[in-house]
Amino acid sequence: MEAKVLTEHYYKDEYRFLDGYKKNGGYQMLEKAFKMQPKDIVEQVKSAGLRGRGGAGFPTGVKWGFLPDNGEPRYLVCNADEGEPGTFKDRLMMERAPHQLIEGMIISAFATGSHKSYIYIRGEYNYPAEVVKQAIDEAYEAGLLGKNILGSGFDHDMDIYLGAGAYICGEETGLLSSLEGKKGQPKLKPPFPAIKGYLGKPTIVNNVETLAAVIYILRDGVEGYRKYGTEKSAGTKLFSVSGNVVKPGNYEVPLGYPLMDLINNECGGLKPGRKLKAVIPGGSSAPVLTAQECLDATMDYECLAQKGSMLGSGAVIIMDDSNCMVDSLSVLMHFYHHESCGQCTPCREGTGWLNKIVHSIAKGEGRLQDIDLILKVAENMKGRTICALSDAAALPAISFVSKFRDEFEFYVREGRSKVKGVSYAEM
Amino acid sequence: MFKLSDNGIEFVKKELERYESKLSAIIPALYQVQREHGWVSPDAVVFLAEIMDIPESQINEVLKFYTMFNQKPVGKKHVQVCCNLSCAMNGGRELVDHLCKSFNVKPGEVSEDGEVTVTAVECLGSCGTAPMMQVNDAYYENLNHESAVEIIKKLEV
Repeated sequence: MEAKVLTEHYYKDEYRFLDGYKKNGGYQMLEKAFKMQPKDIVEQVKSAGLRGRGGAGFPTGVKWGFLPDNGEPRYLVCNADEGEPGTFKDRLMMERAPHQLIEGMIISAFATGSHKSYIYIRGEYNYPAEVVKQAIDEAYEAGLLGKNILGSGFDHDMDIYLGAGAYICGEETGLLSSLEGKKGQPKLKPPFPAIKGYLGKPTIVNNVETLAAVIYILRDGVEGYRKYGTEKSAGTKLFSVSGNVVKPGNYEVPLGYPLMDLINNECGGLKPGRKLKAVIPGGSSAPVLTAQECLDATMDYECLAQKGSMLGSGAVIIMDDSNCMVDSLSVLMHFYHHESCGQCTPCREGTGWLNKIVHSIAKGEGRLQDIDLILKVAENMKGRTICALSDAAALPAISFVSKFRDEFEFYVREGRSKVKGVSYAEM
Repeated sequence: MFKLSDNGIEFVKKELERYESKLSAIIPALYQVQREHGWVSPDAVVFLAEIMDIPESQINEVLKFYTMFNQKPVGKKHVQVCCNLSCAMNGGRELVDHLCKSFNVKPGEVSEDGEVTVTAVECLGSCGTAPMMQVNDAYYENLNHESAVEIIKKLEV
């Protein structure tokens, strides 16, 4: 069953505009927030168990709590660089409900004592960026942004910034480098952005969905928010489902929702005559699950971690038996090689080698020892770099090869895919 | 000699004031060059360095890092077809082939009449509506071979 908390009014056109958003309850929680103590809002977000919806799943209130009390100006940055293959939920949120994001951001800024925020939007999202920019203009005109918002004495300015095509800018320190006008290379942590972020100042970076969820924690209270989800994975989550299902799309369901129900109920199941082969449950960086592993999988941080994968950004890619796993991995390895920022050797070189090796197998030129070579190269890429991109390339490679080894061996032996109708496609 | 329009120069000057760091104006300035000229030539970098008072090396660092800046000329209709996993599963790669054939152009190159460039690109965040393409600034989704060709042909730029 869908549980529409964030997306309750998304089907209404008017919800995109200030009047329509207000008519449906918008900005009431901002008024409520201004009557609260900022530290109480932080406590509520902590107790509600909200975890970062961009991919890492880090507890949001805890992140906010890392801000130092040293009198330096603080920044709030919304990560709308949605680039994890399979993910298209932030785009929906910005297109359908820009004021929801803005309200969530003002509340979060008030809670964390920030007077300036940026929404960093990936460069290709021209239309969503336009919608958000117009909403920001509307909010300024209505006194919801700027000086002394709604007579609260709280000042806050908000602006958008467009990226220019780099997956790595979804990593929060890469994003901040980009926002500072440099190439988007991640920075070594610690110090974390909460201590030294944008231009060296304390900065909180949160995903679009995370910031919007703050509104409903205030509205429903900790108990109410926890009505959905599990003890450790509280609330609802938007899942972007794509691939071989009848009705791909964004679905908001409680965390802990069974994966097979998501596929069969919300998404209308597989296409007729097709069998489930595999699912990537949390964006292309998440290790793949076999059909067998999907049977009792639930969509929460704990269950997927226990199965050796992750919830990630909530991008669920459904693969039926018409897919060749060698071919699919070749697509993914091309991506990570293309997107490695190049500053750490294991990632720069490792993604290149993985790409070369998988493509040589997919061309029918592979050797049997190449299969173990993939595993060896990938193992050497794990945990040795500044950011997680290296692991994000290594983990799918390891999972594809170890769970579907027979397909890789067949491809090497026969020089063609085990799956009928698949041939090598140059990128 | 490269030059931005007067409006373009004014835009860049405003962007220099807009953010806490003036370097943040580099990306918007490169976008402005591309809006006016379709691509960013080495001359354009020299010009920006001059009017922004930022070293060329810093502008080049940004230009070369991000894939959305064209470092060589592209067709008036810059067609970018997503070929990442969800799109590949739904025929994105075949769509690139079909479009290249239809417009008689090789991937990444400009058609003889200067109209079309077709490129395979990475995930554009449109995975539930695959296959899809971006033509200049706009997304076109749930495509098939015929509809994609039709959209590109009818588009006025």
